[in-house]
Amino acid sequence: MAKDKMVPVPSNSIVPERDVDKTPILETHHLGIDFGGLTAVDELTLAVGRTEIAGLIGPNGAGKTTVFNLLTNVYQPTRGTIMLDGKSTARKNTEQVNRMGIARTFQNIRLFSNMSVLDNVKVGLHNSIKQPLISSITRLFGYRASEKKSRDEAMELLKFFKMEDMANHQAGSLPYGAQRRLEIARALATHPGIILLDEPAAGMNPSETAELMENIRRIRDNFNIAVMLIEHDMNLVMNICEGICVLDHGKVIAKGTPEEIKSNPKVIEAYLGKKKEAK
Amino acid sequence: MRFPVKRSENAFICLKNRDGPNENCKMTFVCTNGAKSETVKEGVNMTFISNLINGISLGSVYAIIALGYTMVYGIAKMLNFAHGDVIMVGAYISYCASSYLGFSPVLSVLLAMVVCTVLGVAIEAFAYRPLRRSGSLAVLITAIGVSYLLQNVALLIWGSNPKAFKSLVTFGSISLFDGKLIITAESIVTVIACIIIMVGLSLFTKKSKMGKAMRAVSEDKDAAELMGINVNVTISLTFAIGSALAAIAGVLLCSAYPTLQPTTGSMPGIKAFTAAVFGGIGSIPGAMIGGILLGIIEIFSKSYISTALSDAIVFAVLIVVLLVKPTGLLGKKITEKV
Repeated sequence: MAKDKMVPVPSNSIVPERDVDKTPILETHHLGIDFGGLTAVDELTLAVGRTEIAGLIGPNGAGKTTVFNLLTNVYQPTRGTIMLDGKSTARKNTEQVNRMGIARTFQNIRLFSNMSVLDNVKVGLHNSIKQPLISSITRLFGYRASEKKSRDEAMELLKFFKMEDMANHQAGSLPYGAQRRLEIARALATHPGIILLDEPAAGMNPSETAELMENIRRIRDNFNIAVMLIEHDMNLVMNICEGICVLDHGKVIAKGTPEEIKSNPKVIEAYLGKKKEAK
Repeated sequence: MRFPVKRSENAFICLKNRDGPNENCKMTFVCTNGAKSETVKEGVNMTFISNLINGISLGSVYAIIALGYTMVYGIAKMLNFAHGDVIMVGAYISYCASSYLGFSPVLSVLLAMVVCTVLGVAIEAFAYRPLRRSGSLAVLITAIGVSYLLQNVALLIWGSNPKAFKSLVTFGSISLFDGKLIITAESIVTVIACIIIMVGLSLFTKKSKMGKAMRAVSEDKDAAELMGINVNVTISLTFAIGSALAAIAGVLLCSAYPTLQPTTGSMPGIKAFTAAVFGGIGSIPGAMIGGILLGIIEIFSKSYISTALSDAIVFAVLIVVLLVKPTGLLGKKITEKV
């Protein structure tokens, strides 16, 4: 099991206790999906450590978002297995996979834009707040207590992202960067073991990106969860990811630490090489 | 002062008319301005007020029915044309419970609500859920099919003879201004029920956990699923609430217009659908405003323009509203992000 892991836990990790438990939170074995005759992802075998920040990179159309859709069972894989915390997610639906511990954000923001910021986070808390239907309808039988708990927890998350004063704004009216943060807060509200971020820095300016990097580290350290992200911003990926997996045409072409990836000739050819030419 | 038309006669008049609420039945609410010594002006005012009350009362029934359409549309993005027939089933159940089983009014309404809730959830699970991922046209045709199925099953069980629905509202009407203005108990109960339902439902969808889940599913089904919300349960709950409200609407409708036959639900159903579109489909306050406006327009066109043309006028108003504001009065503007 351990040898499938993308990278060993870095020895200079900030939290020394981290990853005492060596079992990875998320593993895939020979994962693949075909759309008609097209193989979008093939032979994807990787593992993400319990509190690892992992990066999934590759040129446009490499199949990165498809991998996220496979991991959240939006698509059912044609081949291979996905193990979350040692349990297979086969034949589960998206909602059950979320309950098992995978949360995600989207490449193009998909907030509930007509709901308030606070309500968006509360929707994320859906499964962790116990409120029987009878108390939802009658507003009795512990209704207040459950609503208060949900409010407190949601505010806590908003504070984490310094958004507490926006709690009552409509989500769709927030500035772009705040919408991105809210999407992450909403995903964290589902109490995941691993959070998948699909291009979290897309459309951000350098200072926002720096803040995002800081936030991603804080998420990992505070919530003790794994983060897996798709990103085109190489500066961000190389700075915060401990393990990187490079996809091209649906296949893994390299796996390793940022240093290994940077010097991998295949990667340079498929991905970074093109970038150099452009400069 | 008594009604100008007694309850039994009123029912008899209604029995001769096939399509639910109609002009003759309006007799229940008319102003009994018997005193000839009064000035004409005052009489007109009284007629106006009593028409307004009738309109609000009929509109409240439409609003309660429209809620079912609008909630199901908002969450499942489908038009449940069988909704009108759930009203009819609810009315039959409470009729049977009170007439044959001797249940008290409250108990028979509760029974009707339970039966309709089960029916609504079953319709969703067996007829609509398998088609969730197919085109909206397939679901629409299925809904029409379910509507006819319900009507014909009702025909088999209860026969085609109209039943004279005994009003479940047991207390008498209120007489104001020396009997010049009579407000029937049915219309009072209808309006109060409508207000309670509106406030309760708004609080439920705005504040409660399941209500938030419903709004989340209505905005983005896939994203809601990724937040761990069970979309099937949420949609079932929506059908359950809509159908329970349909049962209440059925009882209120038949208490005011006491003809009950298998087609009773179809015309009010279509009008309530119109009301939902009128107010902006998908919006709960829209259903309320649309329903009440539609009721008022219908009653006013019946008493001031023409009883025969009233339905035509109602639908003409819908067309005009949609031409001016295609999303309805309170409908959300649909903007595509470029």
